[in-house]
Amino acid sequence: MGSFIARRSLQSLVALAGLIVLVFFAARLTGSPADLYLPIDASVEARQAFNEKHGFNDPLTEQFGRFLVDLARFDLGHSIRKDRPALEVVLEAIPTTLALAAVTMTLAVAGAILVGSLAARRPGGAVDRLGSTLSLAAASAPDFWVAISAILLFAVALGWLPTSGMGTFWHWIMPVGVLLIRPFGILVQVVRGSMLGALSAPYVKTARAKGIRERTVVFVHALRNGLLPVITVAGDQAAGIVNGAVIVETIFGWPGIGKLMIDSIIQRDFAVIQASILVTAAIIFAMNIVIDLAYGLLDPRVRHA
Amino acid sequence: MASASLPGAAGGLGARRWLAMLARDPLACLAALFLLLLVLAALLGPALIPESAGRMNLRLRNAPPFELANGWLYILGADTLGRSMLARLIEASRSTLMVASSAVALSFLIGGTLGVLAGYARGWGATLILRMADVLMSFPSLLLAVVVLYTFSPSIKNIVLVLAITRLPVYIRTARAEILELRERMFVSAARVMGAGPIRTALRHVVPFVLPTLLTLAAVDFAYVMLAESALSFLGIGIQPPDVTWGLMVAQGRGYLASAWWLAFFPGLFIMLTTLSLNLLASWLRVAADPQQRWRLEPGGKAGDAP
Repeated sequence: MGSFIARRSLQSLVALAGLIVLVFFAARLTGSPADLYLPIDASVEARQAFNEKHGFNDPLTEQFGRFLVDLARFDLGHSIRKDRPALEVVLEAIPTTLALAAVTMTLAVAGAILVGSLAARRPGGAVDRLGSTLSLAAASAPDFWVAISAILLFAVALGWLPTSGMGTFWHWIMPVGVLLIRPFGILVQVVRGSMLGALSAPYVKTARAKGIRERTVVFVHALRNGLLPVITVAGDQAAGIVNGAVIVETIFGWPGIGKLMIDSIIQRDFAVIQASILVTAAIIFAMNIVIDLAYGLLDPRVRHA
Repeated sequence: MASASLPGAAGGLGARRWLAMLARDPLACLAALFLLLLVLAALLGPALIPESAGRMNLRLRNAPPFELANGWLYILGADTLGRSMLARLIEASRSTLMVASSAVALSFLIGGTLGVLAGYARGWGATLILRMADVLMSFPSLLLAVVVLYTFSPSIKNIVLVLAITRLPVYIRTARAEILELRERMFVSAARVMGAGPIRTALRHVVPFVLPTLLTLAAVDFAYVMLAESALSFLGIGIQPPDVTWGLMVAQGRGYLASAWWLAFFPGLFIMLTTLSLNLLASWLRVAADPQQRWRLEPGGKAGDAP
């Protein structure tokens, strides 16, 4: 168990290191920030002074070395756009996205367990057919279009919900609803598949023979075993939710990490791009390890050698 | 799968039997019909309605859909410059399908080959390939694409490359998993014992069994890649004007939601219909290509009996 975690952590660290290199050099290739932050008619001297001040004149290797040393001290640079430490800007945006992701994943997992279990209880039945049609539609829906159509219907035509921003309960409905679609559709399929297997196991027959209520058989006896693959897939989906968050946050004006990333790429705010990508990656890698651990804890049969 | 040469099994399926199986599944039938029409429109569109995609008619600016007064070309309305929506949609379908199919073909070929190699050759090379796949998998693909496309100019070539690279791990992992299982099978061992070299064994005996799985995967992946390209174009870092894809059309129409909803709605609807058709067809293909489940689609089998 210990060596397994050590290996996973090492693997994540290597991935993180690769990402650091990619991000640093990719961001430097996007063009000079001096063109964006100084007026068009700024003198050559002014540009020079700007580049000198922020260290953009030094050779790339030297800039990279400095970046690494700062990184070791948890100093991720200074946001040019906001004139504040980049890490501070990123850490401010993270909770917003995490809250959105947490609410979405909770609803998606709970809903998928309910629909998937009911579908698996009667394969080919009404719930099953509705569930598989829904999940197929969910896997095919372009989320940005669903978001726009929802705005069109609920905000423009009906005027029930606000178009963007966050604050009240009503602001959450559309972003969560749109973000929910993809993980929900995939999870329903996974729950259905693994519950089909669990429900035909001998111990379920035993439980039924003992006269235990059907609800208890499905949601207690079978579900405990059927849940394991669901956890793995839910973990993958939680990482993938960042994909959706970029789009949902951009459309609904949600001040989270996805919007921050797009904004700072457009503004060439190098420090914030690097910081947000590194923090996001670190969170995802940490989450993957936690999921592996949870898997071992929940299923005594899977004690990682 | 020694039954490959028996009548009625994988090898001996005529086109007529495939069509009969398709007819047994009405949804898959509709999906196939839609995709066929779409491909035909994309291929023949420029010949049928030459130049109407670019022709502006300022009197028809934001003309509403479902009115035949302006001729059938304007059945889906017109955009902010008075160009026919229908013609624009057909024009956009060309680049949308082109980008997605190139990306899928690229990741299919490279990912499949790498996966076969990783399954066959053990050693540091295989480990390296797998670790690379892990790293690619563990990071949100859209973020990677965003970083790369902002660095290099978002040309069609770069978008195809980015999309292909982010989908590589799926093919690598699937191909490798299949190979690992297949290489221990009796008929593979038999081929090896009879003196076939590793390359011949792989190409003649193993790869034909991996191909159907990878092809089904490619159909689903086509939908996924199309959605990814649309999302990138929507965010403004995908296809750039004057090229046009459905995703870009949604982005351009976004500003007119209150006044001309059809500008953003129809392109998105076409994305949805295309991906839905692909997914429906892929799930039909999974059943039809599996000798153990195929009876569901054949006369006498119980239709609608989901596997």
